[in-house]
Amino acid sequence: MENKKKKTTQIDRKSFLLKSAATTVAVAFGANHLFGGSGTSKSKSPSSVKTNSAGKLKGKHEELTILNSKPWNAETPPHLLDDKYTPADRLFVRNNGVVPNEVNIDKWTLTIEGESAKQKKTYTFAELKSKFKHYTYQLTLECGGNGRKEFSPPAKGNQWGVGAIGCPKWTGVRLKDVLNDVGVKSNAVYIGYYGKDTHLTGDPDKIPISRGVPIAKAMEDEALIAWSMNDEDLPLLNGYPLRLIFGGWPASTSGKWLHKISIRDKVHDGPKMEGYSYRVPRHPVAPGTKVPEEDMVIIERLPVKSIITYPKTGAKIKGDKIFEVRGHAWAGDLAIKEVHTSLDFGATWNKCTLDSADNKNAWQQWKTNVKLPQQGYHEVWVRATDTEGTMQPMVLPGWNPKGYLNNACHRIAVERT
Amino acid sequence: MEKIRKKINFLGALYIVTLFIPFAVFVYPMLVPENGEVAEVVEEEEEAEVVNGIEVTSGLIYDDGYKLVATNCGACHSLELVTQNAATREGWIEIIRWMQETQGLWDLGDDESIILDYLSKNYAPKEVGRRPNLENIEWYDLEI
Repeated sequence: MENKKKKTTQIDRKSFLLKSAATTVAVAFGANHLFGGSGTSKSKSPSSVKTNSAGKLKGKHEELTILNSKPWNAETPPHLLDDKYTPADRLFVRNNGVVPNEVNIDKWTLTIEGESAKQKKTYTFAELKSKFKHYTYQLTLECGGNGRKEFSPPAKGNQWGVGAIGCPKWTGVRLKDVLNDVGVKSNAVYIGYYGKDTHLTGDPDKIPISRGVPIAKAMEDEALIAWSMNDEDLPLLNGYPLRLIFGGWPASTSGKWLHKISIRDKVHDGPKMEGYSYRVPRHPVAPGTKVPEEDMVIIERLPVKSIITYPKTGAKIKGDKIFEVRGHAWAGDLAIKEVHTSLDFGATWNKCTLDSADNKNAWQQWKTNVKLPQQGYHEVWVRATDTEGTMQPMVLPGWNPKGYLNNACHRIAVERT
Repeated sequence: MEKIRKKINFLGALYIVTLFIPFAVFVYPMLVPENGEVAEVVEEEEEAEVVNGIEVTSGLIYDDGYKLVATNCGACHSLELVTQNAATREGWIEIIRWMQETQGLWDLGDDESIILDYLSKNYAPKEVGRRPNLENIEWYDLEI
Protein backbone atom coordinates (compact mmCIF):
# COMPACT_ATOMS: atom_id res chain seq x y z
CA MET A 1 0.00 0.00 0.00
CA GLU A 2 2.73 2.40 1.13
CA ASN A 3 4.61 1.68 -2.04
CA LYS A 4 1.63 2.45 -4.24
CA LYS A 5 1.01 5.78 -2.57
CA LYS A 6 4.53 6.85 -3.31
CA LYS A 7 4.12 5.95 -6.94
CA THR A 8 1.02 8.08 -7.26
CA THR A 9 2.88 11.03 -5.83
CA GLN A 10 5.65 10.53 -8.32
CA ILE A 11 3.22 10.50 -11.18
CA ASP A 12 1.57 13.65 -9.93
CA ARG A 13 4.89 15.39 -9.62
CA LYS A 14 5.82 14.35 -13.13
CA SER A 15 2.59 15.51 -14.65
CA PHE A 16 2.98 18.75 -12.74
CA LEU A 17 6.44 19.23 -14.15
CA LEU A 18 5.24 18.48 -17.65
CA LYS A 19 2.47 21.01 -17.25
CA SER A 20 4.90 23.61 -15.93
CA ALA A 21 7.14 22.93 -18.87
CA ALA A 22 4.30 23.40 -21.29
CA THR A 23 3.26 26.59 -19.55
CA THR A 24 6.78 27.97 -19.75
CA VAL A 25 6.98 27.20 -23.42
CA ALA A 26 3.51 28.56 -23.98
CA VAL A 27 4.45 31.85 -22.33
CA ALA A 28 7.66 32.11 -24.30
CA PHE A 29 6.05 31.43 -27.66
CA GLY A 30 2.62 32.85 -27.01
CA ALA A 31 0.98 29.49 -27.80
CA ASN A 32 -2.35 29.10 -26.08
CA HIS A 33 -2.90 25.36 -26.13
CA LEU A 34 0.23 23.34 -26.11
CA PHE A 35 -1.30 20.39 -24.33
CA GLY A 36 -3.31 19.06 -27.23
CA GLY A 37 -0.75 19.91 -29.87
CA SER A 38 2.45 18.17 -30.71
CA GLY A 39 5.50 18.99 -32.71
CA THR A 40 7.80 16.02 -32.86
CA SER A 41 5.30 13.66 -31.39
CA LYS A 42 7.65 10.72 -30.93
CA SER A 43 9.44 12.58 -28.19
CA LYS A 44 6.30 12.95 -26.14
CA SER A 45 5.26 10.45 -23.53
CA PRO A 46 1.71 9.20 -24.21
CA SER A 47 0.74 10.01 -20.64
CA SER A 48 1.57 13.66 -21.10
CA VAL A 49 -1.21 14.19 -23.63
CA LYS A 50 -3.76 11.85 -22.15
CA THR A 51 -6.64 13.33 -20.21
CA ASN A 52 -10.16 12.45 -19.32
CA SER A 53 -10.98 15.86 -17.98
CA ALA A 54 -13.52 17.75 -20.04
CA GLY A 55 -12.19 20.95 -18.53
CA LYS A 56 -9.27 20.67 -20.92
CA LEU A 57 -11.50 21.53 -23.82
CA LYS A 58 -11.40 25.29 -23.77
CA GLY A 59 -14.78 26.90 -24.26
CA LYS A 60 -16.74 23.63 -24.17
CA HIS A 61 -19.36 22.44 -21.69
CA GLU A 62 -17.83 20.23 -19.01
CA GLU A 63 -20.34 17.43 -19.65
CA LEU A 64 -19.24 16.87 -23.24
CA THR A 65 -17.98 13.30 -23.57
CA ILE A 66 -14.37 13.28 -24.69
CA LEU A 67 -13.82 10.37 -27.06
CA ASN A 68 -10.28 11.26 -27.99
CA SER A 69 -7.87 13.87 -26.68
CA LYS A 70 -5.46 13.68 -29.61
CA PRO A 71 -6.91 14.59 -31.93
CA TRP A 72 -9.69 16.26 -29.99
CA ASN A 73 -13.05 14.59 -30.45
CA ALA A 74 -15.97 15.15 -28.09
CA GLU A 75 -19.68 14.63 -28.32
CA THR A 76 -22.66 16.28 -26.65
CA PRO A 77 -25.05 14.23 -24.51
CA PRO A 78 -28.51 14.65 -26.09
CA HIS A 79 -30.06 16.38 -23.06
CA LEU A 80 -27.57 19.23 -23.55
CA LEU A 81 -28.84 19.79 -27.09
CA ASP A 82 -32.23 21.10 -25.98
CA ASP A 83 -31.72 24.65 -27.34
CA LYS A 84 -33.11 25.42 -30.77
CA TYR A 85 -29.82 27.15 -31.65
CA THR A 86 -26.96 24.99 -30.35
CA PRO A 87 -24.73 27.19 -28.14
CA ALA A 88 -21.03 27.20 -29.02
CA ASP A 89 -20.04 25.40 -25.83
CA ARG A 90 -22.40 22.53 -26.69
CA LEU A 91 -21.36 21.95 -30.28
CA PHE A 92 -19.48 18.67 -30.70
CA VAL A 93 -15.80 18.62 -31.63
CA ARG A 94 -14.48 16.42 -34.42
CA ASN A 95 -10.91 16.94 -35.46
CA ASN A 96 -8.68 14.84 -37.70
CA GLY A 97 -5.47 16.72 -37.01
CA VAL A 98 -3.99 19.20 -34.59
CA VAL A 99 -5.78 22.52 -34.05
CA PRO A 100 -3.64 25.40 -35.38
CA ASN A 101 -1.45 26.94 -32.72
CA GLU A 102 -1.69 30.55 -33.69
CA VAL A 103 -4.37 32.38 -35.60
CA ASN A 104 -3.59 35.92 -36.69
CA ILE A 105 -6.79 37.39 -38.04
CA ASP A 106 -4.95 40.33 -39.67
CA LYS A 107 -2.82 37.97 -41.73
CA TRP A 108 -5.49 35.36 -42.49
CA THR A 109 -6.23 34.95 -46.20
CA LEU A 110 -8.47 32.80 -48.35
CA THR A 111 -7.16 31.74 -51.75
CA ILE A 112 -9.37 30.35 -54.50
CA GLU A 113 -7.62 28.39 -57.24
CA GLY A 114 -7.83 25.09 -59.13
CA GLU A 115 -8.13 23.69 -62.66
CA SER A 116 -11.65 25.09 -63.04
CA ALA A 117 -10.99 28.54 -61.52
CA LYS A 118 -10.74 31.29 -64.15
CA GLN A 119 -7.99 32.90 -62.06
CA LYS A 120 -6.19 32.45 -58.77
CA LYS A 121 -7.38 35.03 -56.28
CA THR A 122 -6.55 35.74 -52.65
CA TYR A 123 -8.78 37.65 -50.24
CA THR A 124 -7.80 38.95 -46.85
CA PHE A 125 -10.21 38.21 -44.04
CA ALA A 126 -11.24 41.90 -44.04
CA GLU A 127 -11.80 41.93 -47.83
CA LEU A 128 -13.99 38.87 -47.62
CA LYS A 129 -16.15 40.57 -45.01
CA SER A 130 -16.38 43.92 -46.80
CA LYS A 131 -16.68 42.82 -50.43
CA PHE A 132 -19.54 40.32 -50.18
CA LYS A 133 -23.03 40.43 -48.74
CA HIS A 134 -23.46 38.73 -45.37
CA TYR A 135 -25.98 35.96 -44.80
CA THR A 136 -27.12 34.14 -41.67
CA TYR A 137 -28.60 30.65 -41.74
CA GLN A 138 -29.30 28.01 -39.14
CA LEU A 139 -27.55 24.91 -40.47
CA THR A 140 -27.11 21.40 -39.10
CA LEU A 141 -23.60 20.13 -38.69
CA GLU A 142 -23.41 16.39 -38.16
CA CYS A 143 -20.52 13.96 -38.29
CA GLY A 144 -21.02 11.23 -40.90
CA GLY A 145 -20.00 8.73 -38.20
CA ASN A 146 -22.62 9.90 -35.69
CA GLY A 147 -24.12 6.69 -34.25
CA ARG A 148 -21.10 4.51 -35.08
CA LYS A 149 -21.14 3.10 -31.54
CA GLU A 150 -24.03 0.80 -32.43
CA PHE A 151 -22.30 -0.99 -35.32
CA SER A 152 -21.91 -4.73 -34.94
CA PRO A 153 -19.40 -5.95 -36.00
CA PRO A 154 -17.87 -2.69 -34.78
CA ALA A 155 -16.45 -0.10 -37.16
CA LYS A 156 -13.15 1.55 -36.38
CA GLY A 157 -12.88 5.18 -35.45
CA ASN A 158 -14.33 7.40 -32.77
CA GLN A 159 -17.28 5.58 -31.27
CA TRP A 160 -19.91 8.33 -31.52
CA GLY A 161 -23.22 7.89 -29.73
CA VAL A 162 -25.93 10.27 -30.94
CA GLY A 163 -24.34 13.60 -30.00
CA ALA A 164 -22.15 14.47 -32.99
CA ILE A 165 -24.83 16.90 -34.16
CA GLY A 166 -25.62 20.56 -33.62
CA CYS A 167 -27.52 23.32 -35.35
CA PRO A 168 -26.19 26.80 -34.57
CA LYS A 169 -26.82 29.99 -36.54
CA TRP A 170 -23.93 30.69 -38.89
CA THR A 171 -22.99 34.01 -40.44
CA GLY A 172 -20.69 34.55 -43.39
CA VAL A 173 -20.68 35.03 -47.13
CA ARG A 174 -22.15 32.74 -49.71
CA LEU A 175 -19.54 30.44 -51.18
CA LYS A 176 -21.10 30.97 -54.62
CA ASP A 177 -20.63 34.74 -54.41
CA VAL A 178 -16.92 34.25 -53.82
CA LEU A 179 -16.58 31.50 -56.45
CA ASN A 180 -18.39 33.66 -59.02
CA ASP A 181 -16.17 36.63 -58.20
CA VAL A 182 -13.16 34.47 -59.05
CA GLY A 183 -14.89 32.88 -62.05
CA VAL A 184 -15.91 29.25 -62.38
CA LYS A 185 -15.21 27.40 -65.64
CA SER A 186 -18.04 25.36 -67.12
CA ASN A 187 -16.10 22.12 -66.56
CA ALA A 188 -16.10 22.52 -62.75
CA VAL A 189 -17.06 19.31 -60.92
CA TYR A 190 -16.13 19.70 -57.27
CA ILE A 191 -14.62 22.06 -54.73
CA GLY A 192 -11.97 20.92 -52.25
CA TYR A 193 -10.89 22.79 -49.13
CA TYR A 194 -7.59 23.13 -47.32
CA GLY A 195 -7.33 24.15 -43.65
CA LYS A 196 -4.56 25.21 -41.30
CA ASP A 197 -4.78 22.19 -39.02
CA THR A 198 -1.67 20.00 -39.00
CA HIS A 199 -1.12 16.25 -39.19
CA LEU A 200 -0.88 14.22 -35.96
CA THR A 201 2.62 13.04 -36.86
CA GLY A 202 3.80 16.65 -36.94
CA ASP A 203 4.92 16.18 -40.56
CA PRO A 204 4.31 19.59 -42.17
CA ASP A 205 3.94 17.99 -45.61
CA LYS A 206 1.07 15.76 -44.52
CA ILE A 207 -2.49 17.09 -44.72
CA PRO A 208 -4.86 15.68 -42.08
CA ILE A 209 -8.01 16.11 -44.16
CA SER A 210 -9.05 17.89 -47.36
CA ARG A 211 -12.56 17.14 -48.55
CA GLY A 212 -15.31 19.03 -50.35
CA VAL A 213 -18.61 18.87 -52.21
CA PRO A 214 -19.87 18.71 -55.80
CA ILE A 215 -20.14 22.12 -57.46
CA ALA A 216 -23.98 22.05 -57.30
CA LYS A 217 -23.93 21.84 -53.48
CA ALA A 218 -21.26 24.56 -53.36
CA MET A 219 -23.51 26.87 -55.39
CA GLU A 220 -26.53 26.59 -53.07
CA ASP A 221 -27.68 29.72 -51.21
CA GLU A 222 -27.06 28.10 -47.83
CA ALA A 223 -23.46 27.05 -48.58
CA LEU A 224 -21.46 29.49 -46.47
CA ILE A 225 -17.93 30.62 -45.79
CA ALA A 226 -18.64 31.46 -42.15
CA TRP A 227 -16.76 33.41 -39.50
CA SER A 228 -19.50 33.58 -36.92
CA MET A 229 -21.58 31.13 -34.88
CA ASN A 230 -24.58 32.51 -32.98
CA ASP A 231 -23.29 36.08 -33.58
CA GLU A 232 -19.89 35.36 -32.03
CA ASP A 233 -16.51 34.35 -33.44
CA LEU A 234 -16.24 30.65 -34.26
CA PRO A 235 -14.73 28.63 -31.40
CA LEU A 236 -11.08 27.72 -32.18
CA LEU A 237 -11.92 24.01 -31.88
CA ASN A 238 -14.69 24.45 -34.45
CA GLY A 239 -12.61 26.25 -37.08
CA TYR A 240 -11.82 29.83 -36.01
CA PRO A 241 -11.50 32.14 -37.84
CA LEU A 242 -13.06 30.80 -41.03
CA ARG A 243 -14.79 27.62 -42.15
CA LEU A 244 -17.13 26.17 -44.71
CA ILE A 245 -20.65 25.11 -43.74
CA PHE A 246 -22.65 22.66 -45.84
CA GLY A 247 -25.76 21.87 -43.83
CA GLY A 248 -27.13 18.33 -44.08
CA TRP A 249 -23.93 16.77 -45.45
CA PRO A 250 -21.19 15.00 -43.48
CA ALA A 251 -19.51 17.68 -41.37
CA SER A 252 -16.16 16.59 -42.80
CA THR A 253 -17.15 18.47 -45.99
CA SER A 254 -17.35 21.72 -43.99
CA GLY A 255 -13.63 22.50 -43.77
CA LYS A 256 -12.32 24.28 -40.69
CA TRP A 257 -9.50 26.88 -40.38
CA LEU A 258 -10.18 27.46 -44.06
CA HIS A 259 -7.44 29.12 -46.11
CA LYS A 260 -7.72 27.61 -49.59
CA ILE A 261 -10.46 26.34 -51.88
CA SER A 262 -9.66 24.51 -55.07
CA ILE A 263 -12.26 24.46 -57.87
CA ARG A 264 -11.68 21.05 -59.39
CA ASP A 265 -12.42 19.64 -62.84
CA LYS A 266 -12.84 16.19 -61.25
CA VAL A 267 -14.00 14.78 -57.92
CA HIS A 268 -11.65 16.24 -55.32
CA ASP A 269 -8.92 13.78 -54.33
CA GLY A 270 -7.56 15.20 -51.06
CA PRO A 271 -6.85 13.04 -47.99
CA LYS A 272 -10.03 11.31 -46.68
CA MET A 273 -11.89 11.71 -49.98
CA GLU A 274 -10.69 8.32 -51.22
CA GLY A 275 -10.37 4.75 -49.95
CA TYR A 276 -12.95 3.95 -47.30
CA SER A 277 -13.18 7.39 -45.69
CA TYR A 278 -16.67 8.89 -45.68
CA ARG A 279 -17.79 6.25 -48.14
CA VAL A 280 -20.36 3.44 -48.01
CA PRO A 281 -20.83 0.35 -50.20
CA ARG A 282 -22.56 1.00 -53.52
CA HIS A 283 -24.87 -1.97 -52.85
CA PRO A 284 -26.18 -3.18 -49.47
CA VAL A 285 -23.94 -5.74 -47.74
CA ALA A 286 -24.38 -8.21 -44.88
CA PRO A 287 -22.84 -7.06 -41.58
CA GLY A 288 -19.10 -7.73 -41.52
CA THR A 289 -18.68 -8.06 -45.29
CA LYS A 290 -15.33 -7.09 -46.77
CA VAL A 291 -16.08 -4.56 -49.48
CA PRO A 292 -13.57 -3.88 -52.29
CA GLU A 293 -12.42 -0.25 -52.43
CA GLU A 294 -13.82 0.30 -55.90
CA ASP A 295 -17.32 -0.55 -54.63
CA MET A 296 -17.30 2.29 -52.10
CA VAL A 297 -19.12 5.54 -52.93
CA ILE A 298 -18.89 9.00 -51.37
CA ILE A 299 -21.60 9.92 -48.85
CA GLU A 300 -23.57 12.97 -49.89
CA ARG A 301 -26.68 14.15 -48.03
CA LEU A 302 -27.32 12.60 -44.63
CA PRO A 303 -30.50 10.62 -43.86
CA VAL A 304 -33.57 11.59 -41.81
CA LYS A 305 -32.91 11.61 -38.08
CA SER A 306 -34.20 12.88 -34.72
CA ILE A 307 -33.19 13.11 -31.07
CA ILE A 308 -34.96 13.43 -27.73
CA THR A 309 -33.40 16.32 -25.82
CA TYR A 310 -35.93 16.41 -22.95
CA PRO A 311 -36.20 14.68 -20.59
CA LYS A 312 -32.74 13.30 -20.02
CA THR A 313 -32.72 9.50 -20.13
CA GLY A 314 -33.36 7.86 -16.73
CA ALA A 315 -36.38 9.96 -15.71
CA LYS A 316 -38.57 8.52 -12.95
CA ILE A 317 -42.15 9.80 -13.08
CA LYS A 318 -44.57 9.53 -10.20
CA GLY A 319 -47.90 7.94 -11.13
CA ASP A 320 -49.86 9.08 -14.17
CA LYS A 321 -48.38 12.58 -14.34
CA ILE A 322 -48.16 14.03 -17.84
CA PHE A 323 -44.73 15.24 -18.93
CA GLU A 324 -43.40 16.86 -22.07
CA VAL A 325 -41.05 15.01 -24.41
CA ARG A 326 -39.30 17.12 -27.03
CA GLY A 327 -36.35 17.37 -29.36
CA HIS A 328 -35.23 18.07 -32.91
CA ALA A 329 -35.51 16.35 -36.28
CA TRP A 330 -33.55 16.91 -39.50
CA ALA A 331 -33.14 15.27 -42.88
CA GLY A 332 -30.05 16.21 -44.90
CA ASP A 333 -31.16 18.44 -47.76
CA LEU A 334 -34.84 17.67 -47.14
CA ALA A 335 -37.28 18.88 -44.49
CA ILE A 336 -39.22 16.94 -41.87
CA LYS A 337 -42.86 16.12 -42.58
CA GLU A 338 -43.84 14.30 -39.38
CA VAL A 339 -42.45 13.12 -36.08
CA HIS A 340 -43.90 10.29 -33.98
CA THR A 341 -43.07 8.85 -30.57
CA SER A 342 -43.74 5.37 -29.24
CA LEU A 343 -43.97 4.07 -25.66
CA ASP A 344 -44.17 0.41 -26.67
CA PHE A 345 -41.09 -0.19 -28.85
CA GLY A 346 -42.88 0.79 -32.04
CA ALA A 347 -46.12 -1.19 -31.62
CA THR A 348 -48.10 2.07 -31.60
CA TRP A 349 -47.01 5.58 -32.59
CA ASN A 350 -48.25 8.99 -31.48
CA LYS A 351 -47.91 12.04 -33.75
CA CYS A 352 -46.05 15.03 -32.29
CA THR A 353 -46.47 18.74 -32.95
CA LEU A 354 -43.75 19.98 -35.29
CA ASP A 355 -42.32 23.44 -35.98
CA SER A 356 -41.19 24.55 -39.41
CA ALA A 357 -37.51 25.12 -40.16
CA ASP A 358 -35.86 28.56 -40.14
CA ASN A 359 -34.44 27.74 -43.57
CA LYS A 360 -33.27 24.80 -45.67
CA ASN A 361 -30.83 22.49 -43.82
CA ALA A 362 -32.01 23.63 -40.36
CA TRP A 363 -33.38 21.18 -37.85
CA GLN A 364 -37.03 21.36 -36.69
CA GLN A 365 -38.42 21.22 -33.18
CA TRP A 366 -41.02 18.63 -32.16
CA LYS A 367 -42.81 17.98 -28.87
CA THR A 368 -45.54 15.86 -27.35
CA ASN A 369 -47.16 15.19 -23.98
CA VAL A 370 -46.64 11.73 -22.58
CA LYS A 371 -48.40 9.71 -19.88
CA LEU A 372 -46.91 6.33 -19.07
CA PRO A 373 -49.77 3.79 -19.22
CA GLN A 374 -48.70 1.62 -16.31
CA GLN A 375 -46.11 1.18 -13.62
CA GLY A 376 -42.67 0.03 -14.65
CA TYR A 377 -39.85 0.44 -17.16
CA HIS A 378 -40.60 2.10 -20.49
CA GLU A 379 -38.65 3.52 -23.36
CA VAL A 380 -39.66 6.56 -25.38
CA TRP A 381 -38.69 6.17 -29.02
CA VAL A 382 -38.79 8.96 -31.59
CA ARG A 383 -39.13 8.50 -35.35
CA ALA A 384 -39.02 11.27 -37.95
CA THR A 385 -40.36 11.15 -41.51
CA ASP A 386 -38.87 13.34 -44.22
CA THR A 387 -40.72 15.15 -47.00
CA GLU A 388 -40.17 12.21 -49.34
CA GLY A 389 -41.96 9.93 -46.88
CA THR A 390 -38.83 8.11 -45.73
CA MET A 391 -38.80 7.21 -42.04
CA GLN A 392 -36.03 6.41 -39.63
CA PRO A 393 -35.42 2.68 -39.16
CA MET A 394 -35.91 1.24 -35.68
CA VAL A 395 -32.63 -0.68 -35.78
CA LEU A 396 -29.22 -0.06 -37.27
CA PRO A 397 -29.71 0.33 -41.02
CA GLY A 398 -27.32 -0.80 -43.76
CA TRP A 399 -24.13 -1.98 -42.09
CA ASN A 400 -21.05 -0.48 -43.72
CA PRO A 401 -17.34 -1.05 -43.03
CA LYS A 402 -16.58 2.40 -41.57
CA GLY A 403 -19.73 2.88 -39.51
CA TYR A 404 -21.50 5.79 -41.19
CA LEU A 405 -25.14 6.87 -41.50
CA ASN A 406 -26.71 5.18 -38.49
CA ASN A 407 -30.06 6.92 -38.23
CA ALA A 408 -31.87 4.35 -36.08
CA CYS A 409 -34.55 5.84 -33.80
CA HIS A 410 -33.23 7.54 -30.70
CA ARG A 411 -34.68 6.28 -27.42
CA ILE A 412 -34.59 7.14 -23.72
CA ALA A 413 -35.37 5.07 -20.63
CA VAL A 414 -38.18 6.24 -18.31
CA GLU A 415 -39.92 4.61 -15.38
CA ARG A 416 -43.32 5.12 -13.82
CA THR A 417 -43.06 4.68 -10.05
CA MET B 1 16.72 57.29 -25.99
CA GLU B 2 18.76 54.76 -27.93
CA LYS B 3 20.42 53.66 -24.70
CA ILE B 4 17.10 53.16 -22.97
CA ARG B 5 15.73 51.16 -25.88
CA LYS B 6 18.82 48.94 -25.87
CA LYS B 7 18.37 48.40 -22.16
CA ILE B 8 14.73 47.44 -22.63
CA ASN B 9 15.69 45.05 -25.41
CA PHE B 10 18.35 43.53 -23.19
CA LEU B 11 15.91 43.13 -20.30
CA GLY B 12 13.37 41.56 -22.64
CA ALA B 13 15.91 39.10 -23.91
CA LEU B 14 17.02 38.35 -20.36
CA TYR B 15 13.39 37.71 -19.39
CA ILE B 16 12.89 35.21 -22.18
CA VAL B 17 16.18 33.49 -21.39
CA THR B 18 15.14 33.27 -17.71
CA LEU B 19 11.90 31.63 -18.72
CA PHE B 20 13.82 28.92 -20.47
CA ILE B 21 16.05 28.07 -17.53
CA PRO B 22 13.54 25.89 -15.64
CA PHE B 23 12.55 24.32 -18.94
CA ALA B 24 16.13 23.50 -19.86
CA VAL B 25 17.18 22.25 -16.45
CA PHE B 26 14.15 20.34 -15.21
CA VAL B 27 11.94 19.42 -18.04
CA TYR B 28 13.90 19.19 -21.26
CA PRO B 29 15.53 15.93 -20.20
CA MET B 30 12.05 14.48 -19.61
CA LEU B 31 10.65 15.57 -22.95
CA VAL B 32 13.60 14.64 -25.07
CA PRO B 33 14.10 10.91 -25.44
CA GLU B 34 17.30 9.16 -24.59
CA ASN B 35 17.76 6.59 -27.32
CA GLY B 36 14.46 7.86 -28.71
CA GLU B 37 12.22 6.17 -26.12
CA VAL B 38 11.07 8.47 -23.37
CA ALA B 39 7.94 6.47 -22.66
CA GLU B 40 10.05 3.40 -21.97
CA VAL B 41 12.08 5.34 -19.42
CA VAL B 42 8.97 6.47 -17.59
CA GLU B 43 7.54 2.96 -17.54
CA GLU B 44 10.75 1.36 -16.33
CA GLU B 45 11.06 3.69 -13.38
CA GLU B 46 7.66 2.82 -12.00
CA GLU B 47 5.83 -0.41 -11.69
CA ALA B 48 2.47 -0.33 -13.32
CA GLU B 49 -0.36 0.79 -11.08
CA VAL B 50 -3.37 -1.31 -11.94
CA VAL B 51 -6.94 -0.59 -10.90
CA ASN B 52 -9.72 -2.98 -11.95
CA GLY B 53 -7.44 -4.49 -14.57
CA ILE B 54 -6.63 -1.11 -16.13
CA GLU B 55 -3.13 0.28 -16.08
CA VAL B 56 -3.73 3.75 -14.70
CA THR B 57 -1.26 5.91 -16.65
CA SER B 58 -2.15 4.58 -20.09
CA GLY B 59 -5.78 3.62 -19.49
CA LEU B 60 -5.03 0.31 -21.25
CA ILE B 61 -6.02 -3.16 -20.04
CA TYR B 62 -3.03 -4.46 -18.07
CA ASP B 63 -1.66 -7.41 -19.99
CA ASP B 64 1.49 -8.48 -21.83
CA GLY B 65 2.26 -5.96 -24.55
CA TYR B 66 0.43 -2.96 -23.14
CA LYS B 67 3.66 -0.95 -22.97
CA LEU B 68 4.32 -1.50 -26.67
CA VAL B 69 0.82 -0.33 -27.47
CA ALA B 70 1.24 2.74 -25.26
CA THR B 71 4.54 3.71 -26.90
CA ASN B 72 3.77 2.97 -30.52
CA CYS B 73 0.08 3.88 -30.74
CA GLY B 74 0.26 6.72 -28.23
CA ALA B 75 3.01 8.50 -30.13
CA CYS B 76 0.58 10.09 -32.59
CA HIS B 77 -2.91 9.81 -31.13
CA SER B 78 -4.41 9.40 -27.69
CA LEU B 79 -4.86 5.88 -26.37
CA GLU B 80 -8.57 6.58 -26.06
CA LEU B 81 -8.68 5.86 -29.77
CA VAL B 82 -7.43 2.34 -28.98
CA THR B 83 -9.58 1.66 -25.93
CA GLN B 84 -12.87 2.75 -27.53
CA ASN B 85 -12.36 0.42 -30.51
CA ALA B 86 -12.67 -3.33 -30.90
CA ALA B 87 -11.65 -5.61 -33.74
CA THR B 88 -10.51 -9.10 -34.62
CA ARG B 89 -6.81 -9.74 -35.22
CA GLU B 90 -7.47 -9.32 -38.94
CA GLY B 91 -9.28 -6.06 -38.24
CA TRP B 92 -6.41 -4.67 -36.15
CA ILE B 93 -3.96 -5.63 -38.93
CA GLU B 94 -6.06 -3.64 -41.39
CA ILE B 95 -6.03 -0.62 -39.09
CA ILE B 96 -2.25 -0.84 -38.65
CA ARG B 97 -1.72 -1.19 -42.42
CA TRP B 98 -3.97 1.82 -43.06
CA MET B 99 -1.96 3.88 -40.59
CA GLN B 100 1.29 2.71 -42.19
CA GLU B 101 0.09 3.49 -45.70
CA THR B 102 -1.54 6.86 -45.08
CA GLN B 103 -0.78 8.19 -41.60
CA GLY B 104 2.97 7.79 -41.20
CA LEU B 105 3.05 4.81 -38.81
CA TRP B 106 6.42 3.10 -38.82
CA ASP B 107 7.27 -0.60 -39.36
CA LEU B 108 6.55 -2.29 -36.04
CA GLY B 109 9.03 -5.10 -36.69
CA ASP B 110 8.99 -7.97 -34.20
CA ASP B 111 6.73 -5.96 -31.90
CA GLU B 112 3.85 -6.22 -34.37
CA SER B 113 2.84 -9.74 -33.39
CA ILE B 114 2.98 -8.87 -29.66
CA ILE B 115 0.83 -5.79 -30.30
CA LEU B 116 -1.63 -7.83 -32.35
CA ASP B 117 -1.81 -10.54 -29.68
CA TYR B 118 -2.55 -7.88 -27.08
CA LEU B 119 -5.17 -5.99 -29.11
CA SER B 120 -7.03 -8.98 -30.48
CA LYS B 121 -7.24 -10.53 -27.00
CA ASN B 122 -8.11 -7.45 -24.96
CA TYR B 123 -10.01 -5.35 -27.50
CA ALA B 124 -11.99 -7.98 -29.35
CA PRO B 125 -15.48 -7.30 -30.74
CA LYS B 126 -18.52 -8.39 -28.76
CA GLU B 127 -21.63 -9.60 -30.52
CA VAL B 128 -24.37 -7.11 -29.65
CA GLY B 129 -26.79 -7.46 -32.54
CA ARG B 130 -28.64 -4.61 -34.19
CA ARG B 131 -29.95 -2.92 -31.03
CA PRO B 132 -28.31 -3.33 -27.63
CA ASN B 133 -30.18 -2.60 -24.41
CA LEU B 134 -29.95 0.88 -22.96
CA GLU B 135 -27.27 0.63 -20.31
CA ASN B 136 -25.60 2.72 -17.61
CA ILE B 137 -28.78 4.68 -16.99
CA GLU B 138 -28.54 7.21 -14.17
CA TRP B 139 -32.03 7.28 -12.69
CA TYR B 140 -33.42 10.53 -11.27
CA ASP B 141 -36.83 11.92 -10.24
CA LEU B 142 -38.26 14.11 -12.98
CA GLU B 143 -39.68 17.36 -11.62
CA ILE B 144 -43.02 18.04 -13.26
